[in-house]
Amino acid sequence: MTDSTVTSATGSSRFPSRYVWAGLKLVGSVALTFFGLLLVTFLIGRVVPVDPVLAAIGDRASHDTYEQVRREMGLDLPLWQQFASYVLQVLKGELGKSVLTANTVVDDIKRVFPATMELATTATLFGVAFGVPMGVVAAVNQGRWPDQIVRLLGLFGYSMPVFWLGLMGLLLFYGILDIAAAPGRVDFANLDVVETWSGLILLDSALQGEWEVFFDALHHLILPAAVLGYLSLAYISRMTRSFMLEQLRQEYVTTARVKGLSEARVIWRHALGNVMVPLITVIALSYANLLEGSVLTETVFAWPGLGQYLTASLLAADMNAVLGATIVVGAIFIGINLLSDLLYRLVDPRAK
Amino acid sequence: MSQPLLSVEGLEVRFHTPKGIVEAVRGIGFEVGREKLGIVGESGSGKTMTGRSVLRLIRPPGEVRAKRMVFDGNDLEAIDEVAMREIRGRRIAMVMQDPKFSLNPVMKVGDQIAEAYLVHRKVGAEQARKRTLDMLAAVKIRDPARVYDLYPHEVSGGMGQRVMMAMMLIPEPDLLIADEPTSALDVTVSMQVLAILDDLVTQRGMGLMFISHDLNLVASFCDRVIIMYAGRIVETCKASELKQAKHPYTQGLLASLPRIDRPVGELSVLSRDPAWRDGPVVVDGKMVG
Amino acid sequence: MTQLRAWLTADTPVSRNHARAIQAYLSWRALASNPLTMIGLLIVVALVVFATLAPMLAPQSPVAQDLTQRFIAPGTQYLFGTDEFGRDILSRILYGARVTLYIVVLVAVTAAPVGLLVGTVSGYFGGWVDAALMRITDIFLAFPRLILALAFVSALGPGIENAVLAIALTAWPPYARIARAETLTIRTSDFIAAARLQGASGFRIVVGHVVPLCSSSLIVRVTLDMAGVILTAAGLGFLGLGAQPPLAEWGAMVSSGRRYLLDYWWVATIPGLAIFVVSLGFNLLGDGLRDVLDPKSS
Repeated sequence: MTDSTVTSATGSSRFPSRYVWAGLKLVGSVALTFFGLLLVTFLIGRVVPVDPVLAAIGDRASHDTYEQVRREMGLDLPLWQQFASYVLQVLKGELGKSVLTANTVVDDIKRVFPATMELATTATLFGVAFGVPMGVVAAVNQGRWPDQIVRLLGLFGYSMPVFWLGLMGLLLFYGILDIAAAPGRVDFANLDVVETWSGLILLDSALQGEWEVFFDALHHLILPAAVLGYLSLAYISRMTRSFMLEQLRQEYVTTARVKGLSEARVIWRHALGNVMVPLITVIALSYANLLEGSVLTETVFAWPGLGQYLTASLLAADMNAVLGATIVVGAIFIGINLLSDLLYRLVDPRAK
Repeated sequence: MSQPLLSVEGLEVRFHTPKGIVEAVRGIGFEVGREKLGIVGESGSGKTMTGRSVLRLIRPPGEVRAKRMVFDGNDLEAIDEVAMREIRGRRIAMVMQDPKFSLNPVMKVGDQIAEAYLVHRKVGAEQARKRTLDMLAAVKIRDPARVYDLYPHEVSGGMGQRVMMAMMLIPEPDLLIADEPTSALDVTVSMQVLAILDDLVTQRGMGLMFISHDLNLVASFCDRVIIMYAGRIVETCKASELKQAKHPYTQGLLASLPRIDRPVGELSVLSRDPAWRDGPVVVDGKMVG
Repeated sequence: MTQLRAWLTADTPVSRNHARAIQAYLSWRALASNPLTMIGLLIVVALVVFATLAPMLAPQSPVAQDLTQRFIAPGTQYLFGTDEFGRDILSRILYGARVTLYIVVLVAVTAAPVGLLVGTVSGYFGGWVDAALMRITDIFLAFPRLILALAFVSALGPGIENAVLAIALTAWPPYARIARAETLTIRTSDFIAAARLQGASGFRIVVGHVVPLCSSSLIVRVTLDMAGVILTAAGLGFLGLGAQPPLAEWGAMVSSGRRYLLDYWWVATIPGLAIFVVSLGFNLLGDGLRDVLDPKSS
């Protein structure tokens, strides 16, 4: 065998295995994080002062019934066995029954999640559409008034309790100016007009040609989405500004100017092109954070989503529902992180 | 020398910093025709700032002033930004030090070269691509079609610098500023790159401002040499007459170089005299001022 | 005065304390040159003062109800108006500052040391210790913080202490990350090698050399985080999972005022404003501190 065939042979065998290895590492870390999430929710479930047996049978049942149900629920087994069966259950997609709604937690979440997704997605679009340009303008005008305004807007967003911002929005735009819709996802008359296909009411009403419902839903969505979107804008504009400042110092920016490109092209094509790479992670993180923020805003806007479901379950000490919702949000968090990691590899030619 | 392409008089570059004003270039004048002019100096001597102020690339807190800075009839100080963009790239281009930093990491190198052509020519994408492939071939890249689709991190330093040259030469400028174009490269690679640069500049009859800290390189590569020290030009001479330099600073630079034909036990250490900052200067062997 | 300034700006310190004094003075001058930072500092100092002196400053009891004085608009009689039980909102805000300060301090003194310890140990010892600790940190970092805090509180039962515990449990991982990164750069420096050659134990090196050097970047991060802690605590209070009535807590006050929002705007608006201002104060101060103490990360 000659030298060149040896190198090409090892070269071709090393390449796929390197990808496989990286993929395995990624899958392993995701699995580990998910396992950690389950461990934490399991332990939280253990420390609850509420006795799950009593919760199921009521406190009038006899001692024998109590013992029997306790065994049926597997509560007499050692802790690790309980955990193992818990993990198996969750992997099978069983999160138990909600005491509050008498449905399975999975069904409940399936019903409420689209509303939250609609809200968080619209808010993120808002945050990206305004936050990225604002961050760029701030960086380009570093130290001058556009920069100060963007910085201040960002700081305010970082410092504002989102539920209060929501209330202030309602007070101003609904109470005083009367241009925003009342809390809720649609007007009372438009409830249950469109069939639930995707659960995203904008999409469903558009597909079914119910334009009145569509515009009503849009009207209801604008304020809560803008409130949440402002949080996203604060974060995204701040990160964009700092990434952009870093990129504008790079030598390739000078190259672009030397070529005779317009300043707009230098900034929006060359520098921003490089900012988009780390920005993907930021946008993903911001989306995940909005899922959290929605817990507090949904209550304010009577938005029938995961946040309101979680809050109602919390107040009723409905632990299955609370832990189920926590697992779902946690899993989405992990999923979004994974997705941003993959997207990053796709956009950054250096990561391939 | 025929009609000069660029003529500069009383150029000053200063930076306003929190600790006061830093004068990077302190009133220099020179002319470049369709020739190879070397600008030599240590780091901090102002040679890079000289090159960049010609392209008006110095941004605040930096400030450029000149008594006169004219390129082919255009007053580089007076024309507006739009007119300046017509000069940048199209008439004056610049090759920078390290292709690792001077190429956009997320754009294919071919697209970067084509972009430089498309800004200045009203042609379609197809023709720009064709020109780019020709240009890649002109800088002696063997497989242009393959290299076109590579990203900067996928090419070697020497190839990156050839890409850079292709990008700067594709609009066919009249003057090329090369700012330490080979100091980030290996010695053998740098000789190849220089040979290509020399070919292209000579072929196209362009002017070249070759900025370097390497005295030997400049002496062998250029027609004329300017020696800068502390923001001033201390000596100007023909490259062939560099060995007979009169200024003590130039002589010190020459003496601190190792020479194979005249081995010495210990190389002399360059000493710097503060008096040179504002003392007399040498033009073509004659003391002035 | 001028003599003192000369001493404080001397180029060549004559003693270690002199050097420290110069360093402190220069940092202070850099901080003071930014008006926004000073506003932040002012807000934080005001929070501390109001919280400590609440019993003296408050015109009324924060819990005394007077149903004849319900929903009086802000004015000369009641600066911030009264709520649905006729309680003076100003007094409740002042006492609420105590709850906020209590939460902030408690989270800072529990989460920061834990993060610092995990990070320095992980960074200094490396190997499998590092791998294991960082895996755990990553797992916690990947969690939705507010939701995890909610789950904790719902399991432990509502109340300030449980809220603090829940927030602290989710707050330490970023500190561990920062401390580890700092430790990794410090670990290889010569003075650590010198200490090791003199026979110092790993524990002594971590506590005596590494921890003090990580502190400044950690202080910056903790200050910036306090804004988030205040918001999370207020969020828990808003959901009814934080401080329990009749204790005055800003988030809970917003929540109870919410029902009357359209008729009596001040009941929900003013406590929310208090949360916003204090949180902004920590953000402004943290930003300024970062520029001075940790310029590389700004």
